[in-house]
Amino acid sequence: MTPVFAADPSLAMQAIGLTKHYGQVVGMEGADFELARGEILAVVGDNGAGKSTLIKALAGALIPDSGQVYVDGEPVRFSSPLDARLVGIETVYQELALATQLDITQNMFLGREMRKPGVLGSVLRQLDKKRMRQQAAEQMHNLGIRVQSIRQAIETLSGGQRQAVAVARAAAWGRKVVILDEPTAALGVRETHQVLDLIRRVREHGLSVVLISHSMPEVFAIADRIHIHRLGRRAAIVSPKTTVMSDVVAVMTGALPSDAVVSAALAPAGAPDF
Amino acid sequence: MGTRELLGQVRMQDPELTVATAPQSDSTEGAVAAAAAPPASLQRPTRSLFAYPITGPLFALIVIFVVFSLTTSTFMNAGNISLIAQQSVVIGTLALGQTLIILVSGIDLADGAIMVLGTVVAGSIASHGDAVLAMALGFVACIVVASINGLVIARFRLPPFIATLGMFTIIAAAARLYSQSRSFPVTSDLLSVLGSGPEFGTVAVTYGTMLWVALTLVLGYALNETPWGVRVYAIGNSPIAARLNGVNVTRVVFSVYALAGVFYAFAAWQALGRTPIADPSGYQIANLDSITAVVIGGTSLFGGRGGVAGTFIGTLIVVALKNGLTQAGIDSLYQQIATGALVMLAVGADQYLGRGHRA
Repeated sequence: MTPVFAADPSLAMQAIGLTKHYGQVVGMEGADFELARGEILAVVGDNGAGKSTLIKALAGALIPDSGQVYVDGEPVRFSSPLDARLVGIETVYQELALATQLDITQNMFLGREMRKPGVLGSVLRQLDKKRMRQQAAEQMHNLGIRVQSIRQAIETLSGGQRQAVAVARAAAWGRKVVILDEPTAALGVRETHQVLDLIRRVREHGLSVVLISHSMPEVFAIADRIHIHRLGRRAAIVSPKTTVMSDVVAVMTGALPSDAVVSAALAPAGAPDF
Repeated sequence: MGTRELLGQVRMQDPELTVATAPQSDSTEGAVAAAAAPPASLQRPTRSLFAYPITGPLFALIVIFVVFSLTTSTFMNAGNISLIAQQSVVIGTLALGQTLIILVSGIDLADGAIMVLGTVVAGSIASHGDAVLAMALGFVACIVVASINGLVIARFRLPPFIATLGMFTIIAAAARLYSQSRSFPVTSDLLSVLGSGPEFGTVAVTYGTMLWVALTLVLGYALNETPWGVRVYAIGNSPIAARLNGVNVTRVVFSVYALAGVFYAFAAWQALGRTPIADPSGYQIANLDSITAVVIGGTSLFGGRGGVAGTFIGTLIVVALKNGLTQAGIDSLYQQIATGALVMLAVGADQYLGRGHRA
């Protein structure tokens, strides 16, 4: 069944009718998604609403039963996170995914190490440590992240600095989209602000950001639009400028019907229920 | 678009993507090279090839040398030092393979048995056949068995302790069945060559000693200077982080066990150089000795910390301690007690330090 649907090429990412069942359990049921270029889109939803299922489908970490994902208007099919990465989508997972005993540079380049040019690199497979350190330092500098040395082991960094390194890595490799799964969940107030500033800088660099968050004040402080997820699908997509926090929470919990808030959707909603 | 392009210039090049965007990579490198001087943090002296604390093991080794120099008259001389090196080569070479495995938070209880199988295969074939073929088949035997370990551990997720304990029993019995519990004297020059080497008076620098040093350097290079090495450490540190960053954990862990098999094969060759007899009942506690050398050398049983420089020193500690106690006329049972106490001390320190580092 080919959906009769024209994807919007002006959107960085789009998904139509994503469905995922785990046996009897419904992870997603006709979920739509859209992400404009250069925006910060917050994804909010109650526990069990299926946020992480949606994010995993966008990041290639799971394969939906049906539905279609588009990047820049082109249909894509991810069978692994690597596929998503190759089209320019990077994800910062909640569990951070940093090797704490390795240093900042090693983490930035883990799995994508650079080798020296010529025989040293091709035959002897020698790492180009200098070039990697230079680029890691530049990346940290561009994003305004301050650490003593990019050769510090991650375990010597504070929680906020660690999160900053993870975000910087995603921003460095992601050419289009950076997905952040609750990046501030474990952080204090000051560190949260630093990470939010960092996310804004990532947007300034032209990337689109998907931010999963539980914190409404944080969402309203930073998001351009808010995707409200409920019962395995998108209930609404709203702008923080036209919708107040209490209404977002009401839609999230089902206290308010989704058509009671002003939609900020850019593209028409996708396929009807299956 | 302006800012995008700007970022694009400093954005790292994905090796997989560079292929598609090859024309751009030149300008990217140019931009990086033309960038302002790197911050001061970059200009610290390059960490050495073996970048982790080996000061503890080194200190212990020095203490052992000082104590035995003062208490015996025969320990501290060039002849005995070269003997310690010769006594180290078998355990030292085995311990290189063991280091790799412990770095990915594994353990190999079968390394000694695999090595003995290698000696028996090579020795038996050499007794009525071609020495080159014998050695080749000895290498094949070690690598195949070690790769089977790698397969069941990396692919089928068996706990390394149990998998290699099982393999230890199987291989020890198989080596005896294959040889019908006979041992094979080795007369081939090729198989026993590592026991010889240039002599300077009482000092003999055997080819085995040279090979041990060379293998240590090669493995040190692989671990510290190649992408594979970084991934080995990353997996030992956090397999989840490695996987989420696109590292093929199964493949790297398998490669670690298979490569360890190559070191076990070299250890088998070393063993025939030390004693030119392929004995299926020899080296029964070589597995524990190799683990002791690795742990005393500062490699963490939790994985991800340590390396071959420590193992080199750890091997010397184990061997020098036995050698010194022998020179001092102390019963070999006391030597075993000393080694056992040493390994408990080293593991205890590892646990203590590990707790301090892990949140």
